[in-house]
Amino acid sequence: MRYAETGVNLEIDLSRGNIEKEGTDSGLTELHLGGLGTNAKILWDRVPPEVDPFSPDNLLIFSAGLLAGTPVPGANRTIVSTFSPQTLLMAYSVMGGFWAPELKHAGYDKVIIRGRSPSPVYLWINNDKVEIRDASHLQGKGSLETAELIRQELKEPKAQVAAIGLAGENRVYFASIEQGRSSASRGGIGAVMGDKGLKAIAVRGKKDINIARPAELFELCNEVLKYIEVREENPIPGVMPILAGLGSPQEMKLFDEKWHTTSFMWGNARTRRKDFWNEEIEKKWRETQENVRTRLISCYNCPMKCGAIISVPRISTYMMKCYSKLTYTMAAYSDLDFGFRIAQRATDYGVDGFSTPQVMAFALELYEAGILTDQDMPGMPSDTEGRFFYLLDRIVRREGIGDVLANGTYWAARQIGKGAEEYAHNNIKKHEQLPLKLGMLNPVYYLMYCTGEKANITQIEGQFPQEPFPTREEREEFVKDWFQVPDEKFKQYFLDWDPRGEHSNPYYPTVQMSCEIVDWMEMMHYIDDATGICAGLSSFPLKPPYHIHNLPRVISSATGMDIDEAGLSEIAKRNRTLIRAINVRRGLRRIDEKPPEDHWKKRFPELEANLLDEYYKFKGWNKEGIPTKQTLHELGLDYVSEDLEQREILKDEKSQGKKDQPGPKTKRDSKK
Amino acid sequence: MKKIKVIKVDVDKCNGCRACEVICSAFHAVPKYSSTNPEKSRIRLLFDPLKDIYVPVLAGEYTEAECNGRDIYTIDGKEYDECSFCRASCPSRELFKDPDSGLPLKCDMCEEEPPLSEPLCVQWCLSDALTYEEREEEGEEEEKRGEMEIGLESLVKKHGLKTVMDTVTRISKG
Repeated sequence: MRYAETGVNLEIDLSRGNIEKEGTDSGLTELHLGGLGTNAKILWDRVPPEVDPFSPDNLLIFSAGLLAGTPVPGANRTIVSTFSPQTLLMAYSVMGGFWAPELKHAGYDKVIIRGRSPSPVYLWINNDKVEIRDASHLQGKGSLETAELIRQELKEPKAQVAAIGLAGENRVYFASIEQGRSSASRGGIGAVMGDKGLKAIAVRGKKDINIARPAELFELCNEVLKYIEVREENPIPGVMPILAGLGSPQEMKLFDEKWHTTSFMWGNARTRRKDFWNEEIEKKWRETQENVRTRLISCYNCPMKCGAIISVPRISTYMMKCYSKLTYTMAAYSDLDFGFRIAQRATDYGVDGFSTPQVMAFALELYEAGILTDQDMPGMPSDTEGRFFYLLDRIVRREGIGDVLANGTYWAARQIGKGAEEYAHNNIKKHEQLPLKLGMLNPVYYLMYCTGEKANITQIEGQFPQEPFPTREEREEFVKDWFQVPDEKFKQYFLDWDPRGEHSNPYYPTVQMSCEIVDWMEMMHYIDDATGICAGLSSFPLKPPYHIHNLPRVISSATGMDIDEAGLSEIAKRNRTLIRAINVRRGLRRIDEKPPEDHWKKRFPELEANLLDEYYKFKGWNKEGIPTKQTLHELGLDYVSEDLEQREILKDEKSQGKKDQPGPKTKRDSKK
Repeated sequence: MKKIKVIKVDVDKCNGCRACEVICSAFHAVPKYSSTNPEKSRIRLLFDPLKDIYVPVLAGEYTEAECNGRDIYTIDGKEYDECSFCRASCPSRELFKDPDSGLPLKCDMCEEEPPLSEPLCVQWCLSDALTYEEREEEGEEEEKRGEMEIGLESLVKKHGLKTVMDTVTRISKG
């Protein structure tokens, strides 16, 4: 019997309309756990680097995390993996909600989709019965409406539905996959779903998920819940409110937006408004939020309330979470009311809440600069808010200039030319970033921005405070009950980290310390993305209930595998290294690993080079960021080094790096 | 005096996480906690987020007949579907039937020795949508009926005593 996982994947070929159930190798669970780890293994094995994201040969994998559906609180994530039309690298986006546990109860760990359907379809997974059904009547429908219509036509109100909106259908490079209160948004995976002609996947499951050591796991779950209660009653003093508690940032619960609105940039990641927040705005925004927020809501088996039902008068009810209430607001220099209004339409269309507002703000900057003209924007309203709605409507339909903007700022700038490239200034690896511009380089964040495989800071940071606490007393207080650290030395690093002076950014934390801190933070994300435990209870917040000391016991008692801290760290390293290898095979090199040019005012080229050198070494990679043969061997990934050698990506150290052309290569690069 | 165990349900506090379903199904698994399956839970959350409807319902008595007609409640402008608040395991709906055997499920307030401080669904509801109370009432303690008895009784009602007896005899010979 398989524990925690089902041991069965669904293989769907949309070109041929073929459906198969494949038993999986439990040995792979021992090597990669599940979720992102086994997704990466499948993508490495089955999608050669030449395959364009919009090719029938690209795979789109929906995976339940290894622990999803077990009693483990917060284990509910679906990990969607494919290749991104925007970055041309591996894309993986993770969504909460209810889909993954339902899939497990239907009897499957993953749905692996290949091919392309000649006409729009949706997939209906009803326990043992799996059907590809016609979706032509759902074309053009919003994501929430699609889910509702499918539940009605199947007469199955409990079916969980993941669907794309118009943006995915029209292959917008930042299209999301929406699932009620949650979405998998980054990397344009909704566009890949649209390219495959797949409008939605509905799932309903009524089978058991088995636990290997029930009593032990039950005890661990109770400990986690107790800690959550204690932690919720004791928010961390001295940090901004949204980072003081657990969960993803509590944007739906809290009203104090001083930190975001005065520290993050407005417009196209341009303007900092240090004096923006005042009592009058706080009062107005609080009123707005209280008026539209019907209820705070959770994901499956999680006590946190990170989402909310939003009912703005006269527009359809939808669900929201986290920071998207402010991304549109701030990109348009508008207010919260506008944010809630446009987010409804954006959710319906199915677009990413980070990239989309930035693309629109970018377009308006180009218009102000005369690079885009009235000819490009026929009939555009005169007010910024009206213009945002106008642009959103055109982008998701790929109408006129929308067809160009739908490719994201990086590609759009190159298509537009006339100096537009200067305006696409906030990307890493062609992907739009948080609108943040700071003064002094932070070595820890430098490494995370450069090397994060997902090119998304919130998916690598966590655990270690973002900045030093002002006084030693505050730091001492913080480390007192900081038992989550993998090693006591991290407490010392934090104690000695000063806001100014010798022990401050950019030379402290030292290069070595920075490597260790980043490695720890990243490891926790890789574990979560394999188990399906939400980062909001684990890798993201300070002092989370899940950590390297209890996760091995949680995983062992659920699955029956014997895993200790060292073993779990090694699995996380294996998964992380494999994803690096997948991207390296598609062309990723050191030259691509840099933050947006203007992210920090004060830059230190020598230190930065040293940081990358040492971090690569720390990770067991060569100077180009390519895992060495030795590292791959130690992780049992000899098949990877053989492939990289055959492709002459891995060579002996002396000739390394001379012939390589940087950046992912496909036909689209020649369009420049 | 008899002890009345009460689970108080505050629908306004429910956040729809369904932890109650998870832990209930785990508790009733054999061996205990060895599997999860909300379909086997004796508490189910009836919810429709876009209408802001969240109703945790505890499984009550099995009934062999549907109601004559249905009720629809409107509370605070929200229309609740027929049967929303009903606890019965009944022929008109799928709710509260074991998906494997079709036998009715009924909440037992987590009956076990030594007794739990509170039913597990209450313990796992950190939002306090579910809270627990005990009170004393005049009257005799009813004799508790085991799951087997409730299940068998429903089979007898459905198929007749003779068929059930014959089947049991046949199984025992096999």
